[in-house]
Amino acid sequence: MKKKKLVLATTSLAGCFGCHMSLLDIDERILDLVELVTFDKSPIDDIKEFTQMCDIGLIEGGCCNSENVRVLRDFRKHCKILVSVGQCAITGGLPALRNGIPVAELFKEAFLTGPTVDSKSSQIPNDEEIPMLLDRVYPCHEIVKIDGYLPGCPPRADLLWEALNLLIAGKSLDELNFDLVRYD
Amino acid sequence: MEQGQISLTIDGKECVAKEGQSIVQAARENGLFIPTLCDFRSLSPAGTCRVCTVKVGGRFVPGCTSPAVNGMVVENETAELTDLRRALVEMLIVEGNHMCPSCEKSGNCELQELAHHYRIVVPRYPFLFPVQKVEARMAHLFIEHKRCIQCLRCVRGVRAKDGHEIFGFMRRGSDVRITVDVTDPEAVSEATAKKAMEICPVGALIQKRVGFRVPIGQRRFDRKHEKDGKQL
Amino acid sequence: MNERTILDLNETRNVIIEIIDQVRGDRTQLLAVLRECQSRWRHLSPQVITLIAEEMDLSRVHVEGVATFYHFLSRTHRGNYTVYVNTSATAEMAGSHAIVKAFEREVGISFGETTSDRQIGLRTTSCIGMCDQEPAILINDVVFTRMTDAKVTKIVAGMKANRPVRDLVESLGDGKNALEEIHAEVSNHIRVRGPVFFTDFEPGTALKAAMNHGALEVIDEVKQSGLRGRGGAGFDTGQKWGFCRAAESETRYVMCNADEGEPGTFKDRVLLTEMPELIFEGMAVAGYAIEAKHGILYLRGEYAYLKDYLENVLTKMRQEHLLGRRILGTRFSFDIQIKVGAGAYICGEESALIESAEGKRGQPRNRPPYPVTSGYLRRPTIVNNVETFGAAAKIILNGAAWFRKMGTPASSGVKVLSVAGDCERPGIYEVEWGMSIRELLAICGAKDVLAVQVGGPSGQCISQNEFDRKLCFSDLSTGGAVTIFGQKRDLLSIVHNYMEFFEDESCGFCVPCRTGNTLLIKALEKIMVGNGTAADIENIKQLGKTIKATSRCGLGQSSPHPLLSTIRNFTEIYQKKVRADVDFLSQFDLKFAVIDSCVAANRKPNLEIDSEVVDGTRPN
Repeated sequence: MKKKKLVLATTSLAGCFGCHMSLLDIDERILDLVELVTFDKSPIDDIKEFTQMCDIGLIEGGCCNSENVRVLRDFRKHCKILVSVGQCAITGGLPALRNGIPVAELFKEAFLTGPTVDSKSSQIPNDEEIPMLLDRVYPCHEIVKIDGYLPGCPPRADLLWEALNLLIAGKSLDELNFDLVRYD
Repeated sequence: MEQGQISLTIDGKECVAKEGQSIVQAARENGLFIPTLCDFRSLSPAGTCRVCTVKVGGRFVPGCTSPAVNGMVVENETAELTDLRRALVEMLIVEGNHMCPSCEKSGNCELQELAHHYRIVVPRYPFLFPVQKVEARMAHLFIEHKRCIQCLRCVRGVRAKDGHEIFGFMRRGSDVRITVDVTDPEAVSEATAKKAMEICPVGALIQKRVGFRVPIGQRRFDRKHEKDGKQL
Repeated sequence: MNERTILDLNETRNVIIEIIDQVRGDRTQLLAVLRECQSRWRHLSPQVITLIAEEMDLSRVHVEGVATFYHFLSRTHRGNYTVYVNTSATAEMAGSHAIVKAFEREVGISFGETTSDRQIGLRTTSCIGMCDQEPAILINDVVFTRMTDAKVTKIVAGMKANRPVRDLVESLGDGKNALEEIHAEVSNHIRVRGPVFFTDFEPGTALKAAMNHGALEVIDEVKQSGLRGRGGAGFDTGQKWGFCRAAESETRYVMCNADEGEPGTFKDRVLLTEMPELIFEGMAVAGYAIEAKHGILYLRGEYAYLKDYLENVLTKMRQEHLLGRRILGTRFSFDIQIKVGAGAYICGEESALIESAEGKRGQPRNRPPYPVTSGYLRRPTIVNNVETFGAAAKIILNGAAWFRKMGTPASSGVKVLSVAGDCERPGIYEVEWGMSIRELLAICGAKDVLAVQVGGPSGQCISQNEFDRKLCFSDLSTGGAVTIFGQKRDLLSIVHNYMEFFEDESCGFCVPCRTGNTLLIKALEKIMVGNGTAADIENIKQLGKTIKATSRCGLGQSSPHPLLSTIRNFTEIYQKKVRADVDFLSQFDLKFAVIDSCVAANRKPNLEIDSEVVDGTRPN
């Protein structure tokens, strides 16, 4: 009997999609990957909402707004194993450089007084549809329980490939070949 | 054994060292690895980072400031010490803002390399996200305080052109930081800035206008891991 | 630079030169110079720091490093009157919070600020050694105790009217506190007088006895007495003196550690107030024993109000040939100098004390070498506690056998205790070693006791189950602090107060202490607000162990004790606070996290997504 394929979900929160690009960087191995897994909610297949319980969730980016928090919690609810992928998910990353600066100051610079703002029509966006900005950028593991971490900006394709193979084989990420890990 | 020599064991290995050497120096001379960050070449040891902590006679002591003594039995690579050292590296990471992707020192950074050595993917402690301004008034050097690990290598090892002390250590507790005498903006010459950047184990002291001359991926520790990776 | 600023600069330079001349340009007096400049200008401006560096021929970064280390020195203006309200645990128990509010109300600014006319500055500070008469405050080196709302109103009115701080003192304390040279509201509260301290002592008798013995016999007598250090560490005093004497050097130093900073301790303050001759003579005896000519009393900045008085005592002793050249007509010369700290608990650590006395940042040194071989100015030095010198003088006077008769075989003699907190008679108790906590609680009138903190925050917090334990080096060792918490006290907030104390007072030199204590506080807070799990208690224990194992000096090696000892002895308090049914709890609070941005954008927070939160726990 053919083994049931594992179900994979991915998302990018406060990230730049670089980690997803790196996943595509596994080149022709992606053909092997689709033999092993099917994708559920993910920008790769453009499924917007979860349709089932997933085996593995890959999170790119940290949480900078309320929508990120909602999506992250949704992933936690629908994924058996949740992995923080890349520096932003793990540390808050580049967006977290704003941490410590009051939000009001950030808004002022970004929407009112910054050099690229057209001052005549400037205002702080306040439509109810827009996600609310958080007081700081949170690493994912401060909001939900995270089961594994893959560092890098982005994590190298070889690392992602090896990590996925370990997870698919039911092994722990502790067994990673650490020479594939870079923090930059 | 020659005059002035002593013998000790480190993790059961018989070692010979010179009298007056520290435990770290003795280990190094016998081909054994004890991690260090604040200890640097000929500078007098400071003992700020504690990652060289070893166990002697049931007590924890820093390997860099403790002299090797004849007959000493040193524990080094035990599970207990590895976890302590890893915890210290994690503390150094969370107290600062060690954002490798945007740091000029990535690949040449000793803290990064130690994190890699201890296979750290995420620190066990919460990030503290310190807020500190960049000191950029000098012509040839800037200080990114958020990346400083207070090892004091610059304070101990870098002087101004005319030989006077320009790096200092100020405030106390979690507010401590290195300081540089900016009353004379010319005190730090280009050569001094270069030396400061070399002596700094992390990306706190950065010489201006040399950024990314060596691309990420081709730096000191990058090459090492590439080689190690291929050997596997 | 215009003419006016050049004039100002020259004037400032002249004042600084005058201050430096008073200490004859001695670089070890840098802290004294900085204290004087702070008291004159109420802050140390970048310009003043530069001028001091130039005139003392020190690097600017060195002066800046020292000037920014001590709590009582500041780069921003602290007001012509600087009010320091003590926020230690015993002060909070006595109502310091209300005093803080009263000052804010009367002065019209918040703590941490200075009025715009620079008249009054409000600051908080760590324990000032008045735990038996809290709430207590310091204003420009003058102590005010038992503060009330009405007293705050009066004092603030006095400051606004430019009255000298001394004149605002209304009632004087007992004993020598009432002397014109001290003129303080401070009370001694000596509740139990024993045979060693606080009895009649005729100055000169201990020195005469020492000279009759001879130096080596003095050391031997102290060894025989079994006297151990009274500051808390309990090192054998005779042995320390012997090591120092054996160290080869032309010059040796005797240092008296009066940097009594452990919250809950105040016995050295009373010893120095009532028995300074005994303490100074003990130092002279030590000088005689180890062949030292110089003694230094390092007095904590909080006790600066005692300085003039103590200087007068020294002058009188010199006149009586008990100090100075040719003491008692012999060839032995010994003199004592007083150096004053500036607000840094860490300076109670002996090598940090030495550094500070040398006019540097109060950072502990790496050891070895130890002070007995390389101490003050890298010369052999003994550093002993105030009480230790007093006991040594009495031992030389009355004999080792007399001393050994008191206490227990392994902990001979008596201990002066500082008892504070929830009891009827807080104050000073001179008791023999070996007394049980239960006995002590009975004498000081403590009822319904929840916990007793023995040895201050760096000591242990014990519960009722352990009240039969005894005060002695082999069981409950203490530098003298015994703080009592009644049943109604919230132990976790006391632990939090103690942890903040260590965080504030860490010198910041080594990472486990600098950052570990901050992380411990964060972990404790997580539990206190109800977001803790059983794993968080384990994490605190692990982190505490790491800090203890890897810190450079006694501060970090004991700073986790408030947490570790309460987790051990009051487990149920922690257990009750944590969720046992989940393995992960997030501290993230959406409501709190979005409030700033919603206010800034002028919109209503939408907390809908929070309605389906499941603690972030993983689904099955």
